[in-house]
Amino acid sequence: MEAIILQIMNGLDKGSAYALIALGLTLIFGTLGVVNFAHGALFMIGAFCAVTLNKILNLGYVTIDPTQTDFLGNPLKVKIPYVYNIFGENIGNIIIDWSVPLAILITIPIMVIIGVIMERGLIRHFYKRPHADQILVTFGLAIVLQEIIKYFYGANPIPTPAPEAFSGTFDFGKMIGLKAHSIIYPYWRMIYFIFAAVIITAIFVFLKFTTFGMVVRAGMVDRETVEILGINIDKRFTIMFGIAAAVAGLAGLMYAPIISPNYHMGMDFLVISFVVVVVGGMGSLPGAVLAGFLLGMLESFASMSVVLNILPGLNQIIVYLVAIIILLVRPRGLMGRKGVMED
Amino acid sequence: MFKLEKKDAILLLIVALMLIFAPFILNPFPENSGLAQFNAGYPDLMQRFVFFGIFAIGFNILFGLTGYLSFGHAIFLGVGSYAAIWVMKLLTMNILLAIIVAIIISGLAALVIGWISLRRSGIYFSIITLAFAMMSFALAYSVLTPITGGETGLQPKVTDPRILDSALLAGDTPKANLFGLDMTATYNWQVGDWVFTFNVGYYVAAILMFLCFYLSIRIFSSPFGMMLRAIKSNQQRMNYSGLNSKPYTLAAFVISGMYAGLAGGLMVAMDTQVGPERMFWTASGEVVVMTILGGAGTLVGPFLGAGLIKYMENIISKINVGVLHDWFYWLPDWLENFVVTIIYPFVGKGWNLTLGVIFMLVVIFIPGGLVEGIRRIINWFVKRKNISASREITDSDNMQQAGEIQQAGEEAASRGKNNG
Amino acid sequence: MSKNKNDVSRRKVLKGAAAGLITAGVAPTIFTKGAWAQEYRNEPKGSSVVLGFNVPQTGPYADEGADELRAYKLAVEHLNGEGDGGMLNTFSSKALKGNGILGKKVEYVTGDTQTKSDAARASARSMIEKDGAIMITGGSSSGVAVAVQALCQEAGVIFMAGLTHSNDTTGKDRKANGFRHFFNSYMTGAALAPVLKNAYGADRKAFHLTADYNWGYTTEEAVRTSTEAIGWETVGTILTPLTQTDFSSYIAQVLQSDADVLVLNHYGGNMVNSLTNAVQFGLRDRVVNGKQFEIVVPLYSRLMAKGAGENVKGIFGSTNWHWSLQDEGSKAFVKSFGTKYGFPPSQAAHTCYVQAILYADAVERAGTFNPCGVVEALEGFDFDGLGNGPTHYRAEDHQCFKDVLVVKGKENPESEFDLLEIVEVTPVDQVIYPPNHPMFGGDDVSLVGACNTGV
Repeated sequence: MEAIILQIMNGLDKGSAYALIALGLTLIFGTLGVVNFAHGALFMIGAFCAVTLNKILNLGYVTIDPTQTDFLGNPLKVKIPYVYNIFGENIGNIIIDWSVPLAILITIPIMVIIGVIMERGLIRHFYKRPHADQILVTFGLAIVLQEIIKYFYGANPIPTPAPEAFSGTFDFGKMIGLKAHSIIYPYWRMIYFIFAAVIITAIFVFLKFTTFGMVVRAGMVDRETVEILGINIDKRFTIMFGIAAAVAGLAGLMYAPIISPNYHMGMDFLVISFVVVVVGGMGSLPGAVLAGFLLGMLESFASMSVVLNILPGLNQIIVYLVAIIILLVRPRGLMGRKGVMED
Repeated sequence: MFKLEKKDAILLLIVALMLIFAPFILNPFPENSGLAQFNAGYPDLMQRFVFFGIFAIGFNILFGLTGYLSFGHAIFLGVGSYAAIWVMKLLTMNILLAIIVAIIISGLAALVIGWISLRRSGIYFSIITLAFAMMSFALAYSVLTPITGGETGLQPKVTDPRILDSALLAGDTPKANLFGLDMTATYNWQVGDWVFTFNVGYYVAAILMFLCFYLSIRIFSSPFGMMLRAIKSNQQRMNYSGLNSKPYTLAAFVISGMYAGLAGGLMVAMDTQVGPERMFWTASGEVVVMTILGGAGTLVGPFLGAGLIKYMENIISKINVGVLHDWFYWLPDWLENFVVTIIYPFVGKGWNLTLGVIFMLVVIFIPGGLVEGIRRIINWFVKRKNISASREITDSDNMQQAGEIQQAGEEAASRGKNNG
Repeated sequence: MSKNKNDVSRRKVLKGAAAGLITAGVAPTIFTKGAWAQEYRNEPKGSSVVLGFNVPQTGPYADEGADELRAYKLAVEHLNGEGDGGMLNTFSSKALKGNGILGKKVEYVTGDTQTKSDAARASARSMIEKDGAIMITGGSSSGVAVAVQALCQEAGVIFMAGLTHSNDTTGKDRKANGFRHFFNSYMTGAALAPVLKNAYGADRKAFHLTADYNWGYTTEEAVRTSTEAIGWETVGTILTPLTQTDFSSYIAQVLQSDADVLVLNHYGGNMVNSLTNAVQFGLRDRVVNGKQFEIVVPLYSRLMAKGAGENVKGIFGSTNWHWSLQDEGSKAFVKSFGTKYGFPPSQAAHTCYVQAILYADAVERAGTFNPCGVVEALEGFDFDGLGNGPTHYRAEDHQCFKDVLVVKGKENPESEFDLLEIVEVTPVDQVIYPPNHPMFGGDDVSLVGACNTGV
């Protein structure tokens, strides 16, 4: 019983990452009809916003400490962050410790700007081009983006811990009335889940209950009619691209304490996010979210040793196997609309 | 010639000449010059051009003609390779049998996977093939280790049974051969400062490549090819007119799968080793990129795309700081350092960056790929030569084809949007 | 980027390469004419000799590859008599004189393995066929090592393996032309077990999370066998996919079991993420059956430990070499590397540097570049002063036997490089095994077989 609850929680956690990436990807697919292979790179850049902020906060000046020596026997050079000078050592440390949540503040504008530049500067010229060209150009862009990150940050993963306050675990079992210590769960993963839920809800509310959202949804269904009505749909789509980029970036940023960011994490998540979007059904936002949680959950259950003892290697393929079955049973995924990218 | 139209015959002739004279074409720089770094005329890379050329030409039969974008074609490359290596381990080191078995097995794999995935079209088809690719790699790397050798892959060993071959002499290693002709046999011809390398394995592969290319031309111009094109331009209309498109797409899928199997079998024949990375999704992505980069739907485009990518991977990645400094040693020191600093991020370990930039530049500035680029250059030259001459003459029809297919693709894309 | 005058001159490389290439007649063939005959593949005829440094420059192990390349450049400098000579001064064999190898200036070419066996072989073949390399070295994974080693055997050049830890490299996939200085899974298990017994007691229940590929299998097998021999019980093992990034669903099962030790048979990105996840789930603070829960990471790498940050503190593992060793060889190497690059070398850098030096020394002692001569010189070679104490290159399987370091994540690091501390140096007697050990292919696998000169 506890094992199952724990795996459900893990599934929800994985699922929220998948759902967040897929949500952004669907916004771009659904609104603009563009196959964006650079979406994984946006996720990765989001994570590196946290790394960058951490680096910036740690920027400092070098003093020489003659009492200590470095590995070559020379006097040790000690770096003192500027933040210490501004806020004092204690508050400085707290600020550095909180760099991941703080990075939200810089990630949103950075990602929106990157998204808008991408759309205006590049993707815009590819709306009317074949999907093959879109794939090639966004794939090229993804490579360029990740190589730039590699150039500055190297290839190794960079530890980006959550704030000290959230690094521990809490006793979920006791909370829901089970035996103490039967289910313990890390705070940060819980935060990630809540964060994902908030973002997803916000996007839905935004699209459902605002005029802007209504216009965008109308544009997703029938772009030409909306344009004939005299609405500048292009501008709104640009903004949607920015929002989608921000969602991907935030998903990556908050994921940084769970897996240490490295330059190729975007490519690692690209395939799974495409699978999630398509299984959810092209052009369907609820579908993407549903598929994200479904596949995350299945992945968790397939990794249980009870299952693996019967079917070794199932954890390797479960997501893809289920994806194929779903697409065979339901031609347009879980909630896909007819005619979207079926040619 | 060979029941081909004139333009196709010329194209075939050009390809044949390119294949025959590749050792000269690819080694244009004398050995002692700094530019020799850019020479690509050594056996391994020449062979690789051919493998991936075959792979991409086969992929183009599916993607270029029918528009079905498979993201799992490396599966067949891998299946072909594993089949070939097992033939070499169990039966004989003669590559003929290995290649035939590779083609058959990968054809069967393509039949099964194609039959399942072709039940869907568009992005749904792409994702199903991608899912198959992910599963194949994951299983080959882990659970199937007894069959695939897992991470370390498979190589022929001295202790393998090889029941059709006579026993190896003591101290001899198994060598891939074609009825005794060693695939690694190489002859170097020195002309002044130039060295040209002639490798048996390369020419065996080149002959097969030529046959593949010829077959591809015939498919393109056959009624079957027309049918495939019809599927691309409007499948619904085709279905309404009473034609069942499924057998045609499935046939195209299996044919392109067999091309991939041949490429995989050849890879093993020339370099007797197979590892599961050959089936990783990036390998499937690579052939997609090769095809689009060269010009999807054109005859030679995929071959050019494959050549460009493999060239970058093998030549640019080997340029290190020392090499750069040596190229620019004649500059004043400060300028030399500056130039090297500018170029360095794009070569050596940064070769991926160059590749990404090239993808973007090509697709932004020459939609239609490298073939389109070449067409423009030829047009430009010819126009300058005889300004008075009519422009139509210069249009190579094959290139026109590219334009047409391009147009069809655009129509399809805009239609998709309208429907959505 | 300052110009490094010690870097190889391109034109000279080419001259050497041309000399090699012109004469690169391969194998007994119908085409080969007497005029092209040479004693062995890529026989250096000019005043220089070309070595091929084949390391990952892209992909997840790119940083490790970059460190290997730094070490190789340093080795080339020292071989050519430039720089401070590094470990050449402490090396027990005095055959090398600092005038290149056999009087020929050492030059090199580099390539990118991408940590893929196909790409690694393509790169190695280009070095052999195009640049006339006489020896290939480097790499950061066992898949690549086995693939390139087999290639070098066929082509008739020497392969000096870089970082490869799987038993198979010198086990069931051993080759006469291939040599490994790095230690292996078996040695890790044998070295770790006694230390773990001292630290955590003999009554422990272990849970293994293992990377689902060859290296993972051999490591799990080795660690399991040796820990079970000291009385530990293995209560569970799960294989995790290579591409896994989030290990929560596996860690959760450890929480549900009554295990009190978690063994993470992971390397690279897998190790960083699984360790980070394990610590996140509070395993370090857990108490099971009245015992403190512990985590063990069999193969440590300082570069990767850095990726796991704070999480490595107090966690046991093994490593081939560490810069804080205080023997003369290590000190000389750290000084020489640190002065040139500004930070201490990694274990990957160390093993690569040593392999390059050992190759050069073997050629010098054999008096020829002929691979068979080199093999003979390296087989059964005993040496000292290269950072690992007295070391023996075993003739039967071309594996180096030396002391193994058991390390622990340092609680109070003094610098960003000071991540691991050496707990114990397990003497070589405890980690030695017969060449026909079942984990190394048993009796079915022939010994290394005959060397190949490629002609």
